[in-house]
Amino acid sequence: MHKITRTDNASSVVGLSNVHKSFGPLKVLNGVSFEVNRGEVLVLIGRSGSGKSTALRCIDRFETIDSGEIVVCGHRVSDPKLDLRALRQDVGIVFQSYNLFPHLTIEENITLAPCSVKGISKAQAKEQARRVLAQVGLEDKLHQYPEQLSGGQQQRAAIARSLAMQPKVMLFDEVTSALDPELTGEVLKVIEALAADGMTMVMVTHEMGFARGIANRVVFMHHGKVHETGSAAILTSPATPELAQFVGTGL
Amino acid sequence: MGGSLNANHLMFLGYGALWTIGLSVIGLLGGGIAGFVVALCRISPSRIVRFLSTGYVQLIQGTPLLVIMFLTYFGLPALGVTVSPLTAAGASLTIFVSAYLGEIWRGCFESVPKPQWEAAEGLALSRSQRMLKVILPQAIRIATPPTVGFMVQIIKNTSLASVVGFVELARSGQIINNSLFEPFLIYTIIAVIYFALCYPLSRFSHRLEKRGDPARIELEAA
Repeated sequence: MHKITRTDNASSVVGLSNVHKSFGPLKVLNGVSFEVNRGEVLVLIGRSGSGKSTALRCIDRFETIDSGEIVVCGHRVSDPKLDLRALRQDVGIVFQSYNLFPHLTIEENITLAPCSVKGISKAQAKEQARRVLAQVGLEDKLHQYPEQLSGGQQQRAAIARSLAMQPKVMLFDEVTSALDPELTGEVLKVIEALAADGMTMVMVTHEMGFARGIANRVVFMHHGKVHETGSAAILTSPATPELAQFVGTGL
Repeated sequence: MGGSLNANHLMFLGYGALWTIGLSVIGLLGGGIAGFVVALCRISPSRIVRFLSTGYVQLIQGTPLLVIMFLTYFGLPALGVTVSPLTAAGASLTIFVSAYLGEIWRGCFESVPKPQWEAAEGLALSRSQRMLKVILPQAIRIATPPTVGFMVQIIKNTSLASVVGFVELARSGQIINNSLFEPFLIYTIIAVIYFALCYPLSRFSHRLEKRGDPARIELEAA
């Protein structure tokens, strides 16, 4: 029924058009569309249950959608014949709960996927691990186990683990929600540095101040729909009363 | 009646105890391998595989080991397949243990937190890589204490092999008692030997449970 008009904009990295998704009787996404271009940072905000995390997880096919289309780095995510592993080599995802592998050292956590998925040599992978850890300021933690690190350090290591796969786009799902303000700051600094390097990113966050500083585009979700979207300026001068109320309570 | 307990009797009991250990090892290895397959089937993405393996587990868990022993030893010859007591006892234990260990290990796989599976998926690891490199090492840690605990059950259950004429510890006790007619003495000795086999395993299992994370132990040892 809904003919997909895919913009053949070469710089589009992530595109959702008219995405619908229900969990049983609960409609979580109700016709969501947005696009992220290369080098852009898109921030998804909204109340709990507004569908922002689900939208993010659909991009990496952790949730399947009922209708609509999602195209990520040329992969048609909604296609049942999608090559999932190819998609996930292009997309890095970082979760709220870090999810480092507890039985492996930080170095092993980082080298596991490049070695087993991309087949690069151990030596090369270790070299790369050192580089990405330096990028997040943890070069001295190579041989430690995750539980020996603070929450903020674990989250930075998780970001480094994703970076080692050299993704074309990074997804961040409330990555600072489990951290206290001080640790949140060190993680956000790492993400800011990534943005400055031109990494394409989609993130769900409740850190409004951070969103204002980093977002090229803000998508405010409400009841499973994109309720308001625009540059970071909409956070300071919202057009809809719902967003006004949301940012108002956030201050 | 037939004289008193002597060194030969004790030798015979020792020999029976060795067979109890041997049969336990057969049950543990056979049942362990089959149980691993059962556990994998129970968490398979394929519905039909999950359905069949669930049926297998429920069928075996709902059947007494004694009846499985009767079926293999007396039932199979009726169908034209003759089996020795050792084969019948070994096969029965393997079937029995595979259902229980399969279920214990399924629980262990599933108790590895779901985000761990997702993180591995997000890194583009294949299903077998996720299983082998991320889930299995964590599941083994969780599985070790209950598995060692279950070994106690295996040892005790080997005594049922006596009904198919397999001479393990319990059966050798019966044989000696038939000639000496000292049931209290003989069965006390048997009980003590079983206890001596099982108790260290129980203790070991408890210690493993309390100790928890092996990573920390390795680090402390280093």
